[in-house]
Amino acid sequence: MIQRLPQSALDPAGPAAERIAALWDFAFWTAAVVYVVVIAALLYAAFHRKRPAAVPVVDRDPRTERRLLVAVSGATAATVVILLVFFVVDLGVTGAVANPAAMHEHSTVSRARHEAPAGALRVKVTGYQWWWKIEYLDSVPSRRVTTANELVVPVGRPVAIDFESGDVIHSFWVPALHGKRDLVPGRTTRLTIEAARPGVYRGECAEFCGHQHAKMALHVVAQPADEFAVWYEAQLAPASVPADSLRRAGMHVFLGKPCAMCHNIAGLPASGQVAPDLTHLASRRTIAAGILPNTKGHLAGWILDPQRIKPGAKMPPNGLSPDELEAILAFLGGLR
Amino acid sequence: MAPAPGDPHEDERLDEMHERLARVHADAPGLWGWLTTTDHKRIAKRYVVTAMAFFVLAGIDALIMRLQLARPEGGLVGPDAYNQLFTVHGSTMMFLFAVPIMEALGLYFVPLMVGTRNVAFPRLNAFGYWTYLIGGVLLWGAFFLDVGPDAGWFAYVPLSGPAFSPGKRMDVWSQMITFTEIAALVSAVEIIATVMHQKAPGMSIARLPIFVWAMLVTSFMVLFAMSTVATASIFLAMDRLIGTHFFNVAEGGDPILWQHLFWFFGHPEVYIIFLPATGIVSSVLPAFTRRPVFGYPAIVVSTIATGVIGYTVWVHHMFNIGLPVLAGSFFTAASLLVAVPTAVQIFCWIATIWTGRPRLTTTMLFVGGFFVTFIIGGLTGVQIASMAFDAQVHDTFFIVAHFHYVLIGGAVFPLFAGFYYWFPKWTGRHLGEGLGTLHFWLFFIGMQVTFFPMHQLGLDGMPRRVYTYVDGLGWNGLNLLATVGAFTFAAAVLVFLANVAWSLRHGARADADPWVADTLEWATSSPPPAYNFAHIPVVRGRSALWDRTPNDPIVVGLSTKRREVLLTTLLDAEPDSRHEHPWPSIHPLLAALAVGVLFVGAIFHPAAVLVGGALFCAAAFGWGWPRKKSEIHAIEHALEHGHAHHPPAAPSRRTA
Amino acid sequence: MMRSRLGSLVRGGRGAPLVAVLALAALAACEREHRDFATAAPGGSAESIVRTSALQAGPPTPDLDARLYTENRWAVSEGQRLYSWYNCAGCHSPGGGGGMGPPHTDDLWVYGSAPENIYQSIVQGRPHGMPAYTGRLSSSDVWKLVAYVRSLGGLTPFDTWSPRAEMMEEGVVDTRGTGPAMADSSLIPPEQRAPGQP
Repeated sequence: MIQRLPQSALDPAGPAAERIAALWDFAFWTAAVVYVVVIAALLYAAFHRKRPAAVPVVDRDPRTERRLLVAVSGATAATVVILLVFFVVDLGVTGAVANPAAMHEHSTVSRARHEAPAGALRVKVTGYQWWWKIEYLDSVPSRRVTTANELVVPVGRPVAIDFESGDVIHSFWVPALHGKRDLVPGRTTRLTIEAARPGVYRGECAEFCGHQHAKMALHVVAQPADEFAVWYEAQLAPASVPADSLRRAGMHVFLGKPCAMCHNIAGLPASGQVAPDLTHLASRRTIAAGILPNTKGHLAGWILDPQRIKPGAKMPPNGLSPDELEAILAFLGGLR
Repeated sequence: MAPAPGDPHEDERLDEMHERLARVHADAPGLWGWLTTTDHKRIAKRYVVTAMAFFVLAGIDALIMRLQLARPEGGLVGPDAYNQLFTVHGSTMMFLFAVPIMEALGLYFVPLMVGTRNVAFPRLNAFGYWTYLIGGVLLWGAFFLDVGPDAGWFAYVPLSGPAFSPGKRMDVWSQMITFTEIAALVSAVEIIATVMHQKAPGMSIARLPIFVWAMLVTSFMVLFAMSTVATASIFLAMDRLIGTHFFNVAEGGDPILWQHLFWFFGHPEVYIIFLPATGIVSSVLPAFTRRPVFGYPAIVVSTIATGVIGYTVWVHHMFNIGLPVLAGSFFTAASLLVAVPTAVQIFCWIATIWTGRPRLTTTMLFVGGFFVTFIIGGLTGVQIASMAFDAQVHDTFFIVAHFHYVLIGGAVFPLFAGFYYWFPKWTGRHLGEGLGTLHFWLFFIGMQVTFFPMHQLGLDGMPRRVYTYVDGLGWNGLNLLATVGAFTFAAAVLVFLANVAWSLRHGARADADPWVADTLEWATSSPPPAYNFAHIPVVRGRSALWDRTPNDPIVVGLSTKRREVLLTTLLDAEPDSRHEHPWPSIHPLLAALAVGVLFVGAIFHPAAVLVGGALFCAAAFGWGWPRKKSEIHAIEHALEHGHAHHPPAAPSRRTA
Repeated sequence: MMRSRLGSLVRGGRGAPLVAVLALAALAACEREHRDFATAAPGGSAESIVRTSALQAGPPTPDLDARLYTENRWAVSEGQRLYSWYNCAGCHSPGGGGGMGPPHTDDLWVYGSAPENIYQSIVQGRPHGMPAYTGRLSSSDVWKLVAYVRSLGGLTPFDTWSPRAEMMEEGVVDTRGTGPAMADSSLIPPEQRAPGQP
């Protein structure tokens, strides 16, 4: 691989994705050999007679037919053996990646139910048209963190995710870490992912979910445990009324305009629950569900006319005056 | 049965008989005859032409999609249009092209191959075509009005449900499904009944041509699969139109129920498309390798096994909803198992080519293309039977590549092989071989260039059904390549259409049996007369024409005053009784229109169900209304005296 | 019989009006089904931009074609979502059956049932508890809400009516077309009350 792709299943960064990538290698080479053998047989069958005599109907020699029978039976038996081997290999991998506890022991024993391994970080991801709500679960309610579209995880620690959906079926898929898991309304599905090395891994919704299915991305940011702990503590802090006047003006724009109807900013009287939580917007790398880098220019374009960037998205266009826009960008830029 | 005619007097008698049969089986002239015909060949040709028209339209959809995806952040169409494009493309290819065209080949060739005059229920057959046509026109009419369905061809709820798909779009989809399922069920019933009881004497179940076996198994699959999806689509329509809660989580419904119902149909659907294609391969190989297909019993058993195992694999479409590993493993095993019968068939075909004298006609080029392409699709199919691997590639372009390799490789290549093989039978002229070769190579190269890169795209993380993608993910080059391939592909289809247009006027003339083939459709003229055979042949072996001897008996004694067919027993095909087929009738069309009022009207108001139901009952009464005895005598008298009698729209004594 | 009738229909050109009617219906369907994401109603967030009278002080504001929203199936559905998002249901109850606030399921509207009237009611607020949403909602969202609540009262064409609110609320009863029985008549000015109503 010449170039690292941000969203490739062939560039694994976690134990589950690694085992699946290894399974793919096995499956690919097996299939390649089978394919070459079969096509070679076909070509030989078609062209092994230099100048076939034109006959009305071939006289079938019983001995040749018997040999054909043996050959076809042998090929069928070989097929069955290959499939059996593949089945056994697959059971090992499927069992292991489905059960994170087993994954660590490289065991092929699979248990029927998914159990979060001890010490796992517990997260709940809820899919909405077209963004991801991410909640870090903690037994202490005040230590819960809510964010969106960016899942920050500690390296080397399993992350047990509960998936739910707020509207239609979505599918959570970060190829570098694990296979996908559907988010089905009315159910809770689970998956445990783990990042083996630090990095930013892109993912995308994989189940068609409406107009902006194509632009429902997310990033998993894997950080060393200590960095993660710092990040987590920062996320716990609510926002406060900014001291600087431009930002304060921006806050008033935010609270007086439609923004606050949908978005939540902890610590301020903006408690909408139907759109991404913006308490720490400025700490995130991207906006608009992983589509645009979180820069001032992109943010301005997004606020003024989201429909141009994601037609059909649930955020309405906002007619702000240049002053209002400048202020609100300063305010949002301060939400670290 | 009587000895075959030999002397001049016999020939004269035969000519007279041809004339009388032609009069009895003639359709009324002009438009009226076109609307009322019950000739299985006319109806099947209509299916083929209509299905090819839908194939071209859905292909144009695909080209627009490929143009949109040629570069990142493409601006040709927006998400709303793109979602309609891929939904209509998929729904058309599956429901309006692939299944109907395979059924059409069955409807055309099964009666010819088993040596009978028509399908078992000729009027029902006409009804099936009209419902199919209404369903197709409904979908495409809606699409052109910007009301095309947009939730994907498997229309997962709740996205396709009332809350997230407002308007008529998905209503159109669910009703279109119901229409085409009715048509498919009708064709299946036709084929099953025809194969069971209208085989020529001597064509015992062990001598059925493999194509007929394939169509028989397919038809049984249709009975179960299509009724499941028709149930699902009616549930969806009821959820959307009259407020039921089959799939509404808030009221105890379940979106996963939809997936089970849909895929219990959806996976067998693949075999419903693929098995007839294997039948085509088994039909053309003898003619071009000069030997019967090796391993007839193995192929027949494989076909049946595929039909059975095909029903146990559907959950592999749902591996990512969080199944327990043990439950999933069962479906992994079944999905691997279903590869075995297909492998057996492939080995038998290779053995046939190996020991035969293969001749590289355009037909055989397409058979070769089938092997080279389909086997890739089969192998990736084995790979994605793994739950772990499927978790990575499910719903990505890898799957898009996989099923296009399976469906184009496994069905469209054999279909074109069948076109080049059977075109002389349909029209009395050959398709041009030169244009055919060009068609093949463009098609073959276009196929690989379009779809092979998609495997890599899927592994590189590109999900399917995205109307665009952002730059910087490493997908740009392969997407552009796929778009180039798609246009090569389209050029191939244009060459084919040009070939058909040219060959219809200028193609080399074909006699009854241009390929010296072994099945009964080649025993009658090209194109066949309305009554197919003057004398029903008697079959002596699996290769009906090759095993013929000069003194084979023929069937005599069928009426030349009525549309009579010979019924034979199920297993041994012993002559059993004579059976009269009905005259042509307008009532199948009227009944189909009534069904149209029912389903299309139901989109707008539930009362349409009552109105359409009443209209349907009226049409059905007309359909089955017996003819007066005096009228029958008049018709028979007219036929006796050489007037081609065009029966009025009134029904006959017996009905189908 | 059928044949001759069919023939005469085609020959006599009597099919032409039928075709015309079908074509018109199809065109109307287009408009009703159209999904226009990009149209931002003028002004962005909703001020009092709507004109309810021919008389107006100052420069004329552009007339917005309210039918773009109120007779559009997609807008009605979006309005249904917003009705839940902005907690309209909190006072008017899910499905608009009425609770603390008046119901929407009939055609009796205290402050007028024209789209412009309802727009004003949302943006400016009304006595007895209806808050003013001036500036708090974008005007396109207000129009969508207008479209939805009008559909609840059966004031929009039949085929724009929204389906039940799947996934959102449990046990919502569809009361469309059941008449004014559920209206709280004390909120209706006397001159607008139906005869016989207290």
